[in-house]
Amino acid sequence: MTTPLIEVRNVSKHFGSVIALEGVSMQVYAGEVHCLLGDNGAGKSTLIKTLSGVHKPTRGEILLDGRPVVFESPRDALDRGIATVYQDLALIPLMSITRNFFMGREHVVTKGRGLFRRLDVKKANAIAREEMARIGIDVRDPSQAVGTLSGGERQCVAIARAVYFGARVLILDEPTSALGVKQASVVLRYIAQARARELGVIFITHNVHHAWAVGDRFTVLNRGRTLGTFRKEEITREQLLEMMAGGRELEELSAELAEFARADAARAQREAAVEAEVAAELQQELEETRHFAEEERALHRQRRQSQVPE
Amino acid sequence: MTTATSAAGRDERLRETTWLRRLFSRPELGSVAGFVLVLLFFAVVAGDSGMFSALGIINFLEVSAQLGIIAVAAAMLMIGGEFDLSVGSMIGFAGIVVALPAVEWGWPLWLCILLAFGVALLVGLVNGTIVMRTGLPSFIVTLGGLFILRGLTLGLTRLLTGRTQIPGLRDVMAGDPLAPLFAGKVGQGLMQWLADMGWIAARADGTPLAQGIPMSIVWWLVLTALATWVLLRTRLGNWIFACGGDPNAARNVGVPVARVKTGLFMFTAVAATIFALVQTLSVGSADVLRGQLKEFEAIIASVIGGCLLTGGYGSAIGATFGALIFGTVQMGIFYTGVNTDWFKVFLGVMMLVAVLFNNYVRRKATEAR
Repeated sequence: MTTPLIEVRNVSKHFGSVIALEGVSMQVYAGEVHCLLGDNGAGKSTLIKTLSGVHKPTRGEILLDGRPVVFESPRDALDRGIATVYQDLALIPLMSITRNFFMGREHVVTKGRGLFRRLDVKKANAIAREEMARIGIDVRDPSQAVGTLSGGERQCVAIARAVYFGARVLILDEPTSALGVKQASVVLRYIAQARARELGVIFITHNVHHAWAVGDRFTVLNRGRTLGTFRKEEITREQLLEMMAGGRELEELSAELAEFARADAARAQREAAVEAEVAAELQQELEETRHFAEEERALHRQRRQSQVPE
Repeated sequence: MTTATSAAGRDERLRETTWLRRLFSRPELGSVAGFVLVLLFFAVVAGDSGMFSALGIINFLEVSAQLGIIAVAAAMLMIGGEFDLSVGSMIGFAGIVVALPAVEWGWPLWLCILLAFGVALLVGLVNGTIVMRTGLPSFIVTLGGLFILRGLTLGLTRLLTGRTQIPGLRDVMAGDPLAPLFAGKVGQGLMQWLADMGWIAARADGTPLAQGIPMSIVWWLVLTALATWVLLRTRLGNWIFACGGDPNAARNVGVPVARVKTGLFMFTAVAATIFALVQTLSVGSADVLRGQLKEFEAIIASVIGGCLLTGGYGSAIGATFGALIFGTVQMGIFYTGVNTDWFKVFLGVMMLVAVLFNNYVRRKATEAR
């Protein structure tokens, strides 16, 4: 068995009294797409932030190539080849594709020395255009603002940038969640390409269909704990979906709904009983009144009859 | 043959559209167009009033230059996503920091000039550090700086001299190695030659009315060139755009946002000091009220020059043209004899128009093509 590119062992992360992650373990190998699934609040974001150096784990360790590491900062993780493409992409809409592409890494396209060190704009544009072409996106003008690109294209700029700068592990945070079907497929295709280049891809999503399309293994998180890692042949899409939704929570939900229904029924019954009671009372009153009226009329009649002979 | 020409023709048309599009996507377009309009307007209205003589041109360039020096710095800071409202007070403060020891305590002027730059760097550092550490809007932090610096200037000067003005700088300037960098003139030879040729106006003794180009204009042009170079061609420039565009995104890819922004605050304070030196040394006295409202004028010039208030977009050349519009109108109104009260109305309107135009341009720039 080869050593995983990156491994998380028994990692816990607490924020004060909130337990965001508890004893999570997973391995990512080169040339695989490892999908991280889970509903909102399951701990996906915390896990990838721990992997990319934003958070340090409260307990447990991260191993890179089998050796334990501590990432001091996102930059540190990046320098060790762990690139994270966040949901907000770390792209700046008003800046050009090229400027975004080399942002934070400008030194690779500079020329000249000392005070005259400057960006080699021509070279930078050529590289950006070429890298985008490799994913099948034809950029007419790499100096056009990123804001003019479509969502899928932006996603690809961010991924292409990470790959170009030597990422070995690519963490993609919900790359397809905001995209239409067609654009999502562009991104999924590129994920498959990254795998073919022997990168370890961690693909975070809550869309099982997107995960199923490219994933090799699936780790499901629920309430900060892992429900296990499954190879594609060990599991079905439906089982994944059920796990993601959290089987127990669904049960709780239906129990709760049943309780609501029961309470409703009981109340209805109670109300019906009260109504019947009220109706009965009314009826009785009515009858008494009628009876009383009749007696009175009879009395009148008697009086009139007794008066007539006078 | 025919195919070659038609291909060339098509190629040419293509190039023309991209050239046009490129022109329209430049942030400084509005201010350049505005400057041309203003220039044409005064050429018609005040063409024969002496505004466009050598002396007149140097006059309005000098006014523009002084503002331009701080506008370029303000524009860079604004592109980096922050404001500095303490610039105007820094001008007054720097003037006093130079004049007080030089005139009252007899320090050598060059030492006072170095001291002023040191103090400016410190003020910028404090501004930047407070903004970055607290996460408060720079608008509020530097608004505090505006009052603190102005108050310090007034308080210290009155405490130590009993006045609010420090005259007598002319005497200590003589023979000083640094003073000519701020108060001198260049190109006297050129002006003399132009006067000798009879192309520009001269006095009876043959010396030209405009004796040379003031150093403020040189500083302005150098700073504009430097800022443009940094913004468009260096790593730091890319970082400045990134910091203003989205500081989180920038941080995520490893841009040292706090360092970049703090550096920009220091640069604006230094620019304010250059402004103060140019003004104080050419007038010969320091005044505690120098530089009032300059922070707003610098911001207006930057906005006219295409800077977005939200940061991440703009240009130093734009700010320079913004300052140029400022100076031209200010002097133009003087030459046409219109009451100068109207200058401020013009400024306000100009700024509003510029902001509307900028918003339109930004929408165009980020629209999917």
